[in-house]
Amino acid sequence: MAATQEEIVEGLAEIVNEIAGIPVEDVQLDKSFTDDLDVDSLSMVEVVVAAEERFDVKIPDEDVKNLKTVGDATDYILKHQA
Amino acid sequence: MSKIKPSKGAPYARILGVGGYRPTRVVPNEVILETIDSSDEWIRSRSGIETRHWAGPEETVAAMSVEAAGKAIADAGISAEQVGAVVVSTVSHFSQTPAVATEIADKLGTDKAAAFDISAGCAGFGYGLTLAKGMVVEGSAEYVLVIGVERLSDLTDLEDRATAFLFGDGAGAVVVGPSKEPAIGPTVWGSEGDKSETIKQTIPWDRFHFGDRSGLPVDSQGNIKFPAITQEGQAVFRWAVFEMAKVAQQALDAAGISADDLDVFIPHQANVRIIDSMVKTLKLPEHVTVARDIRTTGNTSAASIPLAMERLLATGEAKSGDTALVIGFGAGLVYAATVVTLP
Ligand SMILES: CC(C)(COP(=O)(O)OP(=O)(O)OC[C@H]1O[C@@H](n2cnc3c(N)ncnc32)[C@H](O)[C@@H]1OP(=O)(O)O)[C@@H](O)C(=O)NCCC(=O)NCCS
Repeated sequence: MAATQEEIVEGLAEIVNEIAGIPVEDVQLDKSFTDDLDVDSLSMVEVVVAAEERFDVKIPDEDVKNLKTVGDATDYILKHQA
Repeated sequence: MSKIKPSKGAPYARILGVGGYRPTRVVPNEVILETIDSSDEWIRSRSGIETRHWAGPEETVAAMSVEAAGKAIADAGISAEQVGAVVVSTVSHFSQTPAVATEIADKLGTDKAAAFDISAGCAGFGYGLTLAKGMVVEGSAEYVLVIGVERLSDLTDLEDRATAFLFGDGAGAVVVGPSKEPAIGPTVWGSEGDKSETIKQTIPWDRFHFGDRSGLPVDSQGNIKFPAITQEGQAVFRWAVFEMAKVAQQALDAAGISADDLDVFIPHQANVRIIDSMVKTLKLPEHVTVARDIRTTGNTSAASIPLAMERLLATGEAKSGDTALVIGFGAGLVYAATVVTLP
Protein backbone atom coordinates (compact mmCIF):
# COMPACT_ATOMS: atom_id res chain seq x y z
CA MET A 1 0.00 0.00 0.00
CA ALA A 2 1.27 3.46 -0.90
CA ALA A 3 2.66 5.49 1.99
CA THR A 4 1.14 8.87 2.94
CA GLN A 5 3.18 12.06 3.14
CA GLU A 6 3.26 11.78 6.89
CA GLU A 7 4.51 8.18 6.78
CA ILE A 8 7.21 9.10 4.29
CA VAL A 9 8.55 11.95 6.43
CA GLU A 10 8.51 9.66 9.44
CA GLY A 11 10.38 6.98 7.50
CA LEU A 12 12.94 9.45 6.15
CA ALA A 13 13.46 10.77 9.67
CA GLU A 14 14.29 7.27 10.89
CA ILE A 15 16.64 6.70 7.97
CA VAL A 16 18.45 10.03 8.46
CA ASN A 17 18.70 9.32 12.17
CA GLU A 18 20.25 5.91 11.46
CA ILE A 19 22.74 7.25 8.89
CA ALA A 20 23.67 10.71 10.17
CA GLY A 21 22.63 10.51 13.84
CA ILE A 22 20.27 13.49 13.55
CA PRO A 23 17.30 13.44 16.03
CA VAL A 24 14.11 12.33 14.23
CA GLU A 25 12.20 15.44 15.29
CA ASP A 26 14.68 17.64 13.38
CA VAL A 27 13.79 16.01 10.08
CA GLN A 28 11.08 18.35 8.70
CA LEU A 29 9.81 19.02 5.17
CA ASP A 30 11.67 22.32 4.80
CA LYS A 31 15.04 20.99 6.00
CA SER A 32 17.91 20.73 3.55
CA PHE A 33 19.77 17.41 3.75
CA THR A 34 23.23 18.94 3.35
CA ASP A 35 22.81 22.32 5.04
CA ASP A 36 20.56 21.40 7.99
CA LEU A 37 20.87 17.67 8.53
CA ASP A 38 24.58 16.94 8.10
CA VAL A 39 23.88 14.54 5.23
CA ASP A 40 26.72 14.93 2.70
CA SER A 41 26.64 13.66 -0.90
CA LEU A 42 27.72 10.15 0.09
CA SER A 43 25.38 9.88 3.10
CA MET A 44 22.66 11.01 0.69
CA VAL A 45 23.34 7.93 -1.45
CA GLU A 46 22.88 5.80 1.66
CA VAL A 47 19.63 7.63 2.50
CA VAL A 48 18.38 7.03 -1.03
CA VAL A 49 19.27 3.35 -0.98
CA ALA A 50 17.44 2.92 2.34
CA ALA A 51 14.43 4.90 1.08
CA GLU A 52 14.23 2.78 -2.07
CA GLU A 53 13.97 -0.37 0.04
CA ARG A 54 11.51 1.07 2.48
CA PHE A 55 9.12 2.77 0.07
CA ASP A 56 9.52 0.50 -2.96
CA VAL A 57 10.66 3.26 -5.33
CA LYS A 58 13.56 3.58 -7.77
CA ILE A 59 15.54 6.80 -7.39
CA PRO A 60 18.18 6.91 -10.15
CA ASP A 61 21.51 8.71 -9.56
CA GLU A 62 20.60 11.56 -11.92
CA ASP A 63 17.51 12.37 -9.83
CA VAL A 64 19.31 12.26 -6.50
CA LYS A 65 20.92 15.67 -6.94
CA ASN A 66 17.50 17.31 -7.31
CA LEU A 67 16.43 16.10 -3.88
CA LYS A 68 17.71 19.03 -1.80
CA THR A 69 15.16 19.04 1.00
CA VAL A 70 13.17 16.46 2.91
CA GLY A 71 10.13 17.90 1.09
CA ASP A 72 11.74 17.25 -2.33
CA ALA A 73 12.39 13.63 -1.37
CA THR A 74 8.90 13.19 0.07
CA ASP A 75 7.25 14.54 -3.10
CA TYR A 76 9.47 12.34 -5.27
CA ILE A 77 8.55 9.22 -3.30
CA LEU A 78 4.83 10.12 -3.26
CA LYS A 79 4.88 10.46 -7.04
CA HIS A 80 6.99 7.42 -7.86
CA GLN A 81 6.11 4.77 -5.29
CA ALA A 82 4.80 1.51 -6.70
CA MET B 1 39.90 -45.88 -23.52
CA SER B 2 43.08 -45.58 -21.45
CA LYS B 3 42.82 -44.67 -17.82
CA ILE B 4 44.28 -41.27 -16.90
CA LYS B 5 45.92 -41.02 -13.50
CA PRO B 6 44.40 -38.10 -11.56
CA SER B 7 46.52 -35.50 -9.79
CA LYS B 8 46.66 -35.64 -6.04
CA GLY B 9 46.13 -32.49 -4.04
CA ALA B 10 45.85 -31.48 -0.41
CA PRO B 11 42.57 -31.95 1.50
CA TYR B 12 42.28 -28.18 2.01
CA ALA B 13 44.21 -24.96 1.44
CA ARG B 14 45.23 -22.08 3.69
CA ILE B 15 47.09 -18.79 3.60
CA LEU B 16 50.51 -19.59 5.09
CA GLY B 17 52.22 -16.22 4.87
CA VAL B 18 51.67 -12.61 3.86
CA GLY B 19 53.98 -9.78 2.80
CA GLY B 20 53.65 -6.22 1.58
CA TYR B 21 55.63 -3.47 -0.10
CA ARG B 22 54.76 0.23 0.12
CA PRO B 23 56.75 2.68 -2.01
CA THR B 24 59.07 4.97 -0.05
CA ARG B 25 57.48 8.22 -1.25
CA VAL B 26 54.58 9.26 1.00
CA VAL B 27 52.22 11.72 -0.66
CA PRO B 28 50.03 13.87 1.63
CA ASN B 29 46.77 15.50 0.51
CA GLU B 30 48.57 18.84 0.13
CA VAL B 31 50.30 17.51 -3.00
CA ILE B 32 46.94 16.53 -4.50
CA LEU B 33 45.65 20.05 -3.85
CA GLU B 34 48.29 21.42 -6.24
CA THR B 35 46.34 20.03 -9.22
CA ILE B 36 42.67 19.95 -8.15
CA ASP B 37 40.33 22.40 -6.46
CA SER B 38 39.63 20.56 -3.19
CA SER B 39 40.61 20.57 0.47
CA ASP B 40 42.32 18.26 2.93
CA GLU B 41 39.08 18.25 4.95
CA TRP B 42 36.95 17.21 1.94
CA ILE B 43 39.32 14.40 0.95
CA ARG B 44 39.47 13.07 4.51
CA SER B 45 35.74 13.25 5.12
CA ARG B 46 34.69 11.77 1.74
CA SER B 47 37.33 9.06 1.46
CA GLY B 48 39.24 8.75 4.73
CA ILE B 49 42.54 9.23 2.88
CA GLU B 50 45.30 11.25 4.57
CA THR B 51 48.35 10.02 2.68
CA ARG B 52 49.15 7.49 -0.02
CA HIS B 53 52.38 6.04 -1.45
CA TRP B 54 53.48 6.72 -5.02
CA ALA B 55 56.13 4.57 -6.62
CA GLY B 56 59.38 5.98 -8.00
CA PRO B 57 61.06 4.86 -11.23
CA GLU B 58 62.88 1.95 -9.52
CA GLU B 59 59.73 0.73 -7.80
CA THR B 60 58.37 -1.13 -10.82
CA VAL B 61 55.45 -3.54 -10.75
CA ALA B 62 57.96 -6.42 -10.81
CA ALA B 63 60.30 -4.92 -8.19
CA MET B 64 57.50 -4.19 -5.70
CA SER B 65 56.08 -7.67 -6.26
CA VAL B 66 59.42 -9.37 -5.62
CA GLU B 67 59.76 -7.47 -2.33
CA ALA B 68 56.26 -8.32 -1.14
CA ALA B 69 56.41 -11.93 -2.32
CA GLY B 70 59.83 -12.48 -0.74
CA LYS B 71 58.38 -11.45 2.62
CA ALA B 72 55.34 -13.70 2.13
CA ILE B 73 57.57 -16.68 1.31
CA ALA B 74 59.69 -16.04 4.41
CA ASP B 75 56.55 -15.61 6.53
CA ALA B 76 55.23 -18.94 5.23
CA GLY B 77 58.49 -20.64 6.20
CA ILE B 78 59.05 -22.19 2.78
CA SER B 79 61.71 -21.65 0.14
CA ALA B 80 61.17 -20.04 -3.26
CA GLU B 81 61.91 -23.37 -5.04
CA GLN B 82 58.83 -24.86 -3.39
CA VAL B 83 56.52 -22.34 -5.08
CA GLY B 84 54.66 -24.15 -7.87
CA ALA B 85 52.71 -21.25 -9.33
CA VAL B 86 52.73 -17.45 -9.30
CA VAL B 87 49.46 -15.60 -9.95
CA VAL B 88 49.74 -11.83 -10.35
CA SER B 89 46.72 -9.54 -10.41
CA THR B 90 47.39 -6.09 -11.85
CA VAL B 91 45.89 -3.50 -14.19
CA SER B 92 48.93 -1.23 -14.22
CA HIS B 93 51.73 -3.28 -15.79
CA PHE B 94 52.24 -1.59 -19.12
CA SER B 95 54.07 -4.34 -20.95
CA GLN B 96 51.32 -6.76 -21.82
CA THR B 97 53.59 -9.47 -23.18
CA PRO B 98 55.05 -11.41 -21.51
CA ALA B 99 53.11 -11.66 -18.26
CA VAL B 100 54.99 -9.90 -15.44
CA ALA B 101 54.43 -13.01 -13.28
CA THR B 102 57.17 -14.84 -15.20
CA GLU B 103 59.79 -12.21 -14.38
CA ILE B 104 58.70 -12.21 -10.73
CA ALA B 105 58.85 -16.02 -10.54
CA ASP B 106 62.39 -15.91 -11.95
CA LYS B 107 63.66 -13.07 -9.74
CA LEU B 108 62.32 -14.83 -6.66
CA GLY B 109 64.31 -17.95 -7.55
CA THR B 110 61.43 -20.33 -8.08
CA ASP B 111 62.10 -23.57 -9.92
CA LYS B 112 60.29 -22.78 -13.19
CA ALA B 113 57.01 -22.12 -11.36
CA ALA B 114 53.93 -21.73 -13.57
CA ALA B 115 53.32 -17.98 -13.79
CA PHE B 116 50.59 -15.80 -15.26
CA ASP B 117 48.76 -12.49 -14.81
CA ILE B 118 45.07 -11.96 -14.26
CA SER B 119 42.95 -8.85 -14.75
CA ALA B 120 40.17 -8.57 -12.19
CA GLY B 121 40.57 -5.00 -10.95
CA CYS B 122 40.00 -4.46 -7.27
CA ALA B 123 38.63 -8.00 -6.91
CA GLY B 124 41.94 -9.40 -8.18
CA PHE B 125 43.16 -10.67 -4.83
CA GLY B 126 40.01 -12.73 -4.23
CA TYR B 127 40.11 -14.06 -7.78
CA GLY B 128 43.76 -15.06 -7.39
CA LEU B 129 43.14 -16.61 -3.98
CA THR B 130 40.31 -18.70 -5.43
CA LEU B 131 42.55 -19.96 -8.25
CA ALA B 132 45.32 -20.71 -5.76
CA LYS B 133 43.03 -22.68 -3.48
CA GLY B 134 41.87 -24.70 -6.48
CA MET B 135 45.43 -25.49 -7.54
CA VAL B 136 46.49 -26.62 -4.06
CA VAL B 137 43.45 -28.82 -3.55
CA GLU B 138 43.55 -30.20 -7.08
CA GLY B 139 47.28 -30.84 -6.86
CA SER B 140 48.79 -28.84 -9.71
CA ALA B 141 50.89 -26.84 -7.23
CA GLU B 142 51.74 -27.42 -3.58
CA TYR B 143 52.42 -23.76 -2.85
CA VAL B 144 51.00 -20.85 -4.83
CA LEU B 145 52.00 -17.20 -4.62
CA VAL B 146 49.15 -14.74 -5.09
CA ILE B 147 50.30 -11.18 -5.69
CA GLY B 148 48.21 -8.03 -6.02
CA VAL B 149 50.30 -5.14 -7.35
CA GLU B 150 49.51 -1.71 -8.75
CA ARG B 151 51.15 1.53 -9.82
CA LEU B 152 47.84 3.35 -10.09
CA SER B 153 49.64 6.70 -9.92
CA ASP B 154 50.58 6.01 -13.57
CA LEU B 155 46.88 5.73 -14.44
CA THR B 156 45.68 8.73 -12.43
CA ASP B 157 44.59 12.00 -14.02
CA LEU B 158 45.82 14.46 -11.41
CA GLU B 159 43.44 17.10 -12.79
CA ASP B 160 40.35 14.89 -12.26
CA ARG B 161 38.61 15.90 -9.03
CA ALA B 162 36.81 12.56 -8.79
CA THR B 163 39.93 10.37 -8.72
CA ALA B 164 43.13 12.43 -8.20
CA PHE B 165 43.13 11.87 -4.43
CA LEU B 166 42.02 8.26 -4.49
CA PHE B 167 44.72 5.99 -5.81
CA GLY B 168 47.99 4.70 -4.44
CA ASP B 169 50.74 2.23 -5.35
CA GLY B 170 52.03 -0.92 -3.68
CA ALA B 171 52.19 -4.70 -3.67
CA GLY B 172 50.73 -7.33 -1.38
CA ALA B 173 51.33 -11.08 -1.55
CA VAL B 174 50.28 -14.30 0.14
CA VAL B 175 51.48 -17.88 -0.06
CA VAL B 176 48.67 -20.44 -0.27
CA GLY B 177 49.51 -24.03 0.61
CA PRO B 178 48.16 -27.32 1.96
CA SER B 179 46.05 -27.56 5.11
CA LYS B 180 44.52 -30.36 7.16
CA GLU B 181 41.56 -28.13 8.08
CA PRO B 182 39.43 -25.88 5.88
CA ALA B 183 40.98 -22.39 6.13
CA ILE B 184 39.65 -20.67 3.00
CA GLY B 185 35.87 -20.68 2.69
CA PRO B 186 33.72 -20.87 -0.43
CA THR B 187 34.18 -17.85 -2.71
CA VAL B 188 31.14 -15.75 -3.57
CA TRP B 189 32.16 -14.03 -6.77
CA GLY B 190 30.81 -12.69 -10.01
CA SER B 191 30.73 -9.93 -12.58
CA GLU B 192 28.23 -7.29 -13.67
CA GLY B 193 29.40 -6.29 -17.13
CA ASP B 194 26.29 -4.18 -17.65
CA LYS B 195 28.03 -1.70 -15.32
CA SER B 196 31.37 -1.76 -17.17
CA GLU B 197 31.11 1.97 -17.91
CA THR B 198 31.16 2.99 -14.24
CA ILE B 199 34.92 2.40 -13.76
CA LYS B 200 37.09 2.32 -16.84
CA GLN B 201 40.15 3.52 -18.68
CA THR B 202 39.51 6.90 -20.34
CA ILE B 203 40.95 5.90 -23.74
CA PRO B 204 41.93 2.42 -24.97
CA TRP B 205 45.66 2.10 -25.79
CA ASP B 206 45.07 1.56 -29.51
CA ARG B 207 43.03 4.73 -29.87
CA PHE B 208 45.59 6.68 -27.80
CA HIS B 209 48.42 5.58 -30.07
CA PHE B 210 47.06 5.20 -33.57
CA GLY B 211 43.33 5.77 -33.67
CA ASP B 212 41.37 8.92 -34.41
CA ARG B 213 42.77 11.33 -31.83
CA SER B 214 40.24 14.06 -32.40
CA GLY B 215 38.09 14.87 -29.40
CA LEU B 216 40.40 13.17 -26.91
CA PRO B 217 40.75 14.94 -23.53
CA VAL B 218 43.70 17.35 -23.30
CA ASP B 219 45.60 18.66 -20.28
CA SER B 220 46.16 22.31 -19.34
CA GLN B 221 49.09 22.44 -21.81
CA GLY B 222 46.93 21.16 -24.67
CA ASN B 223 48.57 17.72 -24.83
CA ILE B 224 46.38 14.66 -25.16
CA LYS B 225 46.06 13.16 -21.72
CA PHE B 226 47.62 9.79 -20.99
CA PRO B 227 44.93 7.14 -20.40
CA ALA B 228 43.68 7.13 -16.81
CA ILE B 229 41.05 5.43 -14.69
CA THR B 230 37.75 7.32 -14.50
CA GLN B 231 34.66 6.45 -12.54
CA GLU B 232 31.10 7.46 -11.87
CA GLY B 233 31.70 7.91 -8.16
CA GLN B 234 28.11 8.01 -6.96
CA ALA B 235 27.05 4.99 -9.00
CA VAL B 236 30.01 2.96 -7.76
CA PHE B 237 29.44 4.09 -4.18
CA ARG B 238 25.78 3.08 -4.36
CA TRP B 239 26.64 -0.33 -5.80
CA ALA B 240 29.34 -0.91 -3.22
CA VAL B 241 27.30 -0.03 -0.13
CA PHE B 242 24.13 -1.73 -1.34
CA GLU B 243 25.20 -4.80 -3.30
CA MET B 244 28.58 -5.61 -1.73
CA ALA B 245 27.24 -5.80 1.80
CA LYS B 246 24.93 -8.54 0.49
CA VAL B 247 27.84 -10.38 -1.14
CA ALA B 248 29.84 -10.14 2.09
CA GLN B 249 26.89 -11.61 4.00
CA GLN B 250 26.62 -14.43 1.45
CA ALA B 251 30.30 -15.26 1.95
CA LEU B 252 29.77 -15.46 5.72
CA ASP B 253 26.72 -17.68 5.23
CA ALA B 254 28.55 -19.91 2.73
CA ALA B 255 31.37 -20.42 5.26
CA GLY B 256 28.88 -21.08 8.08
CA ILE B 257 30.28 -18.15 10.05
CA SER B 258 28.15 -15.59 11.90
CA ALA B 259 29.18 -11.98 12.44
CA ASP B 260 29.78 -12.92 16.09
CA ASP B 261 32.29 -15.62 15.09
CA LEU B 262 34.31 -13.14 13.06
CA ASP B 263 37.54 -11.58 14.34
CA VAL B 264 38.60 -9.39 11.43
CA PHE B 265 36.98 -7.65 8.44
CA ILE B 266 39.28 -6.77 5.53
CA PRO B 267 37.29 -5.18 2.71
CA HIS B 268 38.92 -3.71 -0.38
CA GLN B 269 40.23 -0.29 0.65
CA ALA B 270 38.23 1.85 -1.79
CA ASN B 271 36.75 4.46 0.52
CA VAL B 272 36.45 4.53 4.31
CA ARG B 273 32.81 5.55 3.88
CA ILE B 274 32.08 2.31 2.01
CA ILE B 275 33.86 0.37 4.76
CA ASP B 276 31.87 2.12 7.54
CA SER B 277 28.60 1.54 5.72
CA MET B 278 29.34 -2.17 5.25
CA VAL B 279 30.23 -2.57 8.91
CA LYS B 280 26.83 -1.08 9.78
CA THR B 281 24.84 -3.13 7.27
CA LEU B 282 26.57 -6.37 8.28
CA LYS B 283 25.98 -5.47 11.96
CA LEU B 284 29.55 -6.42 12.83
CA PRO B 285 30.00 -6.49 16.61
CA GLU B 286 32.49 -4.19 18.39
CA HIS B 287 35.08 -6.94 18.83
CA VAL B 288 35.61 -7.30 15.07
CA THR B 289 38.81 -5.55 13.94
CA VAL B 290 38.14 -3.55 10.77
CA ALA B 291 40.92 -2.72 8.29
CA ARG B 292 41.07 1.00 7.52
CA ASP B 293 44.47 0.96 5.87
CA ILE B 294 43.08 3.30 3.20
CA ARG B 295 43.92 6.27 5.46
CA THR B 296 47.63 5.98 4.78
CA THR B 297 47.66 3.81 1.67
CA GLY B 298 44.84 5.09 -0.56
CA ASN B 299 43.11 2.72 -2.96
CA THR B 300 45.69 0.27 -4.29
CA SER B 301 43.18 -1.95 -6.12
CA ALA B 302 44.33 -5.61 -6.19
CA ALA B 303 47.03 -4.90 -3.59
CA SER B 304 44.75 -3.42 -0.95
CA ILE B 305 43.55 -6.55 0.85
CA PRO B 306 46.93 -8.29 1.31
CA LEU B 307 48.52 -4.94 2.24
CA ALA B 308 45.85 -4.33 4.88
CA MET B 309 46.15 -7.91 6.11
CA GLU B 310 49.90 -7.60 6.48
CA ARG B 311 49.59 -4.34 8.41
CA LEU B 312 46.93 -5.64 10.83
CA LEU B 313 49.12 -8.65 11.63
CA ALA B 314 52.27 -6.51 11.96
CA THR B 315 50.65 -4.07 14.39
CA GLY B 316 49.07 -6.86 16.42
CA GLU B 317 45.52 -5.64 15.73
CA ALA B 318 44.91 -9.07 14.21
CA LYS B 319 46.65 -12.32 15.05
CA SER B 320 47.49 -15.59 13.38
CA GLY B 321 44.52 -17.96 13.45
CA ASP B 322 41.93 -15.18 13.45
CA THR B 323 38.89 -15.63 11.22
CA ALA B 324 38.68 -12.86 8.62
CA LEU B 325 36.10 -11.88 6.04
CA VAL B 326 37.70 -10.48 2.88
CA ILE B 327 35.85 -8.84 0.02
CA GLY B 328 37.16 -7.17 -3.13
CA PHE B 329 35.10 -5.24 -5.68
CA GLY B 330 35.76 -2.86 -8.52
CA ALA B 331 36.13 -2.27 -12.25
CA GLY B 332 34.15 -4.75 -14.32
CA LEU B 333 32.22 -4.52 -12.23
CA VAL B 334 33.57 -7.61 -10.48
CA TYR B 335 33.59 -8.89 -6.92
CA ALA B 336 34.89 -11.76 -4.77
CA ALA B 337 34.36 -12.46 -1.09
CA THR B 338 35.43 -15.28 1.20
CA VAL B 339 36.26 -16.12 4.79
CA VAL B 340 39.86 -17.07 5.63
CA THR B 341 41.97 -18.07 8.60
CA LEU B 342 44.77 -15.51 8.94
CA PRO B 343 48.35 -16.80 8.62
C1 LIG C 1 34.88 9.70 -5.40
C2 LIG C 1 33.88 10.10 -4.33
C3 LIG C 1 34.60 10.28 -2.99
C4 LIG C 1 33.23 11.42 -4.73
O1 LIG C 1 32.26 11.80 -3.83
P1 LIG C 1 30.81 12.27 -4.36
O2 LIG C 1 30.04 12.67 -3.21
O3 LIG C 1 30.28 11.18 -5.21
O4 LIG C 1 31.21 13.51 -5.26
P2 LIG C 1 30.30 14.30 -6.27
O5 LIG C 1 31.02 14.32 -7.55
O6 LIG C 1 28.89 13.83 -6.26
O7 LIG C 1 30.35 15.75 -5.67
C5 LIG C 1 29.71 16.11 -4.46
C6 LIG C 1 30.12 17.51 -4.12
O8 LIG C 1 31.52 17.55 -3.80
C7 LIG C 1 32.22 18.39 -4.71
N1 LIG C 1 33.47 17.73 -5.06
C8 LIG C 1 33.67 16.73 -5.95
N2 LIG C 1 34.95 16.36 -5.97
C9 LIG C 1 35.58 17.13 -5.08
C10 LIG C 1 36.91 17.24 -4.65
N3 LIG C 1 37.87 16.44 -5.11
N4 LIG C 1 37.19 18.15 -3.70
C11 LIG C 1 36.25 18.97 -3.19
N5 LIG C 1 34.96 18.91 -3.56
C12 LIG C 1 34.63 18.01 -4.49
C13 LIG C 1 31.32 18.55 -5.89
O9 LIG C 1 31.56 19.75 -6.56
C14 LIG C 1 29.95 18.50 -5.26
O10 LIG C 1 29.68 19.76 -4.68
P3 LIG C 1 28.22 20.43 -4.75
O11 LIG C 1 27.30 19.45 -4.09
O12 LIG C 1 28.38 21.68 -4.03
O13 LIG C 1 27.96 20.57 -6.22
C15 LIG C 1 32.83 9.02 -4.16
O14 LIG C 1 31.90 9.06 -5.20
C16 LIG C 1 33.40 7.62 -4.05
O15 LIG C 1 34.32 7.34 -3.33
N6 LIG C 1 32.80 6.65 -4.77
C17 LIG C 1 33.23 5.32 -4.76
C18 LIG C 1 34.37 5.18 -5.69
C19 LIG C 1 35.22 3.99 -5.46
O16 LIG C 1 35.33 3.50 -4.39
N7 LIG C 1 35.83 3.53 -6.53
C20 LIG C 1 36.75 2.49 -6.55
C21 LIG C 1 36.07 1.20 -6.45
S1 LIG C 1 37.26 -0.02 -6.71
